[in-house]
Amino acid sequence: MSLPLLEVAGLRTHFFTKAGVVKAVDDVSFTVARGEVLGLVGESGSGKSMTGYSIMGLIDPPGRLVDGRILLDGRDLAALPAEEMRHLRGNRVAMIFQDPMMTLNPVLRIDRQMTETIHAHEKVSAGVARDRARAALVKVGIPSPDERLVAYPHQFSGGMRQRVAIAIALLNHPDLVIADEPTTALDVTIQGQILFEMQKLTRETGAAMIWITHDLSVIAGLADRVCVMYAGRIVEQGRVADVLSQPLHPYTQGLLDSVPSHSARGARLRQIPGMTPSVIDLPPGCAFRERCSRAAAACAVTPQESWRDAGRDERRSVRCHLPLAGGAQP
Amino acid sequence: MLVFIIRRSLQSVLVLFVMSLLVFVGVYAVGNPIDILINPQADQIDRERAIAALGLDRSLPEQYGGFLLGALRGDLGRSFVHSTPALALILERMPATLELAFTAMLIAVLLGIPLGLWAGLRPNGIAGRTIMAGSILGFSLPTFWVGLMLIMVFSVMLGWLPSNGRGPTTLLFGLLPVSFLSLEGWSHLVMPATNLALFKLALLIRLTRAGAREALLQDYVKFARAKGLSNARVIGVHVLRNILIPIVTVIGLEFGSVIAFAIVTESVFAWPGMGKLLIDSINVLDRPVIVAYLLVIVFLFIVINLVVDVLYSALDPRVRLSESRG
Repeated sequence: MSLPLLEVAGLRTHFFTKAGVVKAVDDVSFTVARGEVLGLVGESGSGKSMTGYSIMGLIDPPGRLVDGRILLDGRDLAALPAEEMRHLRGNRVAMIFQDPMMTLNPVLRIDRQMTETIHAHEKVSAGVARDRARAALVKVGIPSPDERLVAYPHQFSGGMRQRVAIAIALLNHPDLVIADEPTTALDVTIQGQILFEMQKLTRETGAAMIWITHDLSVIAGLADRVCVMYAGRIVEQGRVADVLSQPLHPYTQGLLDSVPSHSARGARLRQIPGMTPSVIDLPPGCAFRERCSRAAAACAVTPQESWRDAGRDERRSVRCHLPLAGGAQP
Repeated sequence: MLVFIIRRSLQSVLVLFVMSLLVFVGVYAVGNPIDILINPQADQIDRERAIAALGLDRSLPEQYGGFLLGALRGDLGRSFVHSTPALALILERMPATLELAFTAMLIAVLLGIPLGLWAGLRPNGIAGRTIMAGSILGFSLPTFWVGLMLIMVFSVMLGWLPSNGRGPTTLLFGLLPVSFLSLEGWSHLVMPATNLALFKLALLIRLTRAGAREALLQDYVKFARAKGLSNARVIGVHVLRNILIPIVTVIGLEFGSVIAFAIVTESVFAWPGMGKLLIDSINVLDRPVIVAYLLVIVFLFIVINLVVDVLYSALDPRVRLSESRG
């Protein structure tokens, strides 16, 4: 296997608050190959967005990257000086946020918000930057781009704003796009359009993508591989088809069970008992054990990721002492 | 836009009319200027003649009607004391007050916004905390006391700056007498302007800080940083453009009050502006000057508010003046 585009190894991002240390991201490792779509799934507070921000170098105090490597093309982003990191942001690595109503600056015109992204990384004339901005709007399917360039964000609908945000993220042809629940705030028909658009665009430009979401159905249709996160850790990762059809971790199983399906219509929806634990001063051991039907004494020790072969040059991992027997056995 | 300005102008006329009525009746109730203006030794005939000359023998509605007719022709009455048109008297003093107010506002803006931004960006730093503590002083120390202290330190003890008056003035554009064109003029201007600026400075620091703290949490700031923009651009363009909206509003409103309430500072530093004229006029119950002064101030407030509204629409694209019915 060739060198992955992104390799995250042992990433820990902690927040040092007055109430205690919040281990938002705790020993997270994964890789993303060129052109690949990796899904990052988890509940709110599972650390999936913070993983994205950590890669972007956008962790605000009191948060801090405590440990780990983030290798982009072999260069460690975690050790990069601020100015070099700034130069990578929006250029080689881009990010799209959840709420399109909030991500565009309400008092700046669209053309300005687009061209400044180009000018931040390249010395080009205003005319060239504008042409590229216009082309980017056309690419994400925005009609009459010339009018739209001189408009303000409040003159756009939510879906259109997210398209603009996507256009901005793709302006400099990044190698990696981190999409932080970009469709969650949109209604379902628009969601579908945006998903389709993103898939098409990343395929055209060859950009890899990390798609952060809590929606398993989105992941099923979009991603190549998936990481399931719980309380700051990846509890299971592997090919989407494998993980969704034969989950190894009880939490993944619980997530799948709580998705309403046609076949189980009329039956009571199964939900995972209990609540996500507070990640402030989390005790050692498996964070899911309080809610897990399979929990045993061994679970008081933090489980390590165990890797196994999943066939076709793929491997999958689970972080559980007592994994479900569904997957391929080691 | 044009419709908005026309509608605004019509409203302004109404406001001025109501204001003139209130002020006229109010001043009428305050006291009888005859007791102050006329020599107590004057005999009854002289008295009657003086009262008739000032138009005080007529009833209140008659007096107000006369005033209104004059006002329509741009004549706000003659000063009882100076026997010159009240409006001319005020306009003659206005450049001094405007210069003081502009300088004070400039000091407040040029210091307040950067200091507020600094405190907003590093709320827990030593500098940030010091700025905030200082702004509390700016808020709570009374203007007259600070003025006296400034005089005591810089004029009496150190002898660096003159304690009163405006100093020599130079004509700006051959029209307006101003102090700021000469070094000596500055030496007269700097203390009263600082004194007047102090409260507004504290206000702007707190406003900018609060705005910056709020804006920094917004997604568009995070997105701007995710685009790889430099810190200077994120703060200078994305944050500042957003917090300028409330700041401009407050600057506008406060500018009016700086002009109107420069009285205390003008009194302390014997600055020959409108405020001092008003105090002198109230002392001798010079009714036409008081009424004219208040109307001029109301007019200034109206103009400033109009300018703020227009600026507001330039700063915030979501505001459309043609649609507002306010």
